Amino acid sequence: MNDLVTYRATPASATSRFPAHPIAGLAGTSFKHEHLPAILDEGKQEGFFEVHAENYMGAGGPPHDALTRIRRDHPVSLHGVCMSIGGPQPIDKTHLARFKALVDRYEPTLVSEHLAWSTHDTTFFNDLLPLPYTQATLARVADHIDEVQVAIGRPILLENPSTYVVFPESTMSETGFIREIARRTGCGLLLDVSNVFVSATNHGYSPLAYLAAFPLDQVGEIHLAGHARQTDDEGDLLLIDSHDGPVADAVWKLYDLVIGRCGPMPTLIEWDSDIPDWPVLRAEAAAAQAILDRHARTFTQEKIRASR
Amino acid sequence: MLPAELRELDRSVQSSYAESFAPALLDPGRVTPAAVAGPHGKAATKRYNVYRNNVTASLINALAAVFPATQRITGTDFFRAMARFHVRATPPVSPLLFEYGRDFPDFIERYEYAQSLPWLADVARIERAWLDAYHAADAEPLAPQAFAPIPPEHLGNTILLPHPAMRIVRSRYPAVTIFSANRGRDPFGQIEAADPEDALVTRPKLEVVVRHLPPGGAVFLTHLMSGEPLGAAASAALADSPSFDLPANIAGILAAGAFSDVKFGG
Repeated sequence: MNDLVTYRATPASATSRFPAHPIAGLAGTSFKHEHLPAILDEGKQEGFFEVHAENYMGAGGPPHDALTRIRRDHPVSLHGVCMSIGGPQPIDKTHLARFKALVDRYEPTLVSEHLAWSTHDTTFFNDLLPLPYTQATLARVADHIDEVQVAIGRPILLENPSTYVVFPESTMSETGFIREIARRTGCGLLLDVSNVFVSATNHGYSPLAYLAAFPLDQVGEIHLAGHARQTDDEGDLLLIDSHDGPVADAVWKLYDLVIGRCGPMPTLIEWDSDIPDWPVLRAEAAAAQAILDRHARTFTQEKIRASR
Repeated sequence: MLPAELRELDRSVQSSYAESFAPALLDPGRVTPAAVAGPHGKAATKRYNVYRNNVTASLINALAAVFPATQRITGTDFFRAMARFHVRATPPVSPLLFEYGRDFPDFIERYEYAQSLPWLADVARIERAWLDAYHAADAEPLAPQAFAPIPPEHLGNTILLPHPAMRIVRSRYPAVTIFSANRGRDPFGQIEAADPEDALVTRPKLEVVVRHLPPGGAVFLTHLMSGEPLGAAASAALADSPSFDLPANIAGILAAGAFSDVKFGG
């Protein structure tokens, strides 16, 4: 595995504000403010928490208080949603500085962003918008990732998108594009298995073929989420990456297969809308943890056999 | 072609997709961008509309999150229709959505269908101030006994430093009472208040508190916030409201945690 994507827990040095918490092989959940009392009641959880960076870019107040309390006892993954890495315009320096400040302050175990764009000119669209895959966009995205990684002083994990349209101008496959981005920038990858399933359904290709072409050796985290069902102009199924329900059975099967191939990976259950009570979200993470643990045993046995 | 020319060509290709994709996102009058298509020759209209819907609905949701009492007053359908107009006319310019909606109260004030609710914009202003207080920098508020060591002859020249979370919202309507009744989920009876109410919003620790200011209180605080000394601020408040009660107002702002530091004798 590439050194840059082998994430070590930040050492608890004299300069660290928080203890190091290992994240290897753990399932986690999105951290939602309304769950804080229930989480604190239960005490330290087994898993990790992922937060959207932008929600913690205010100066102070309850968000920072909550994240500080969560970070003290758990590994935290910092997930940027608005860097607009996939956009044609330069990275917003002010936003990047805020992002770096969060990385410095909370010492997250994982840091990730999206292969997408969300700002054009001065308008922020609050959605992960798609880009064509060409040599030109490849160069631009690689430049943007370099800039982010230099600014924060560590590699990021880049997440594969869920998409609904294609760009006829594209000259590369998404997996080819992502593979080349990782090679050029040294970034790791966040494999969103739900996005693979959603995009594969929407564009009529096999999710297994996508995974076969995906550089699994660069993956540092997995995302799983629920999706919604609509139809396209022809009346065929169109899946929406809605993050508003449980993970579908088909996605669990794909996930099992992915973990079987790349070994236990930090795995996040994303749930951002119609948010359930904490025990429901925790149970979803426990389901992922069970799959991780089952494969962890296999991987340990293989390691023992290999060392003989 | 030379590498430099190639790079220039690349740039023009790169800028085209966002320029083609973005304008129709918030404009239902525009057609599906030419840059996108469905796979295998399929149409892209409903597919592109997923992005349109994501953008519009998520920004309406962002406004609903900032203005929950406003939404409770108008009902969800009314609020979402009103918010949709605003989102299309004034989309956010920052990725920090907790900064969004600063122009929304003014929009509400002008919104044709909200004219029968003249206090609605002020309730929205209190909600916007509430969220600013929520995210404001942390600071220790002045202790209740902070004025004790100030010699009486220096009191008039004393200058107070506003706490980062402190906000004032003035209203010609009973906006604080209406805000408070609609901010929670509990049912409430007929609102009898009719007098103008000014709001003081503070967050001395972690909890945002909205108070109804006494007569002259808003003028007093506004002058203090602009850096004027206590004596001048009190005179302005008295000129505005003859019933202005200085000791009660000082006790009130200390109890509310409206200021974080005090300077005197210099």
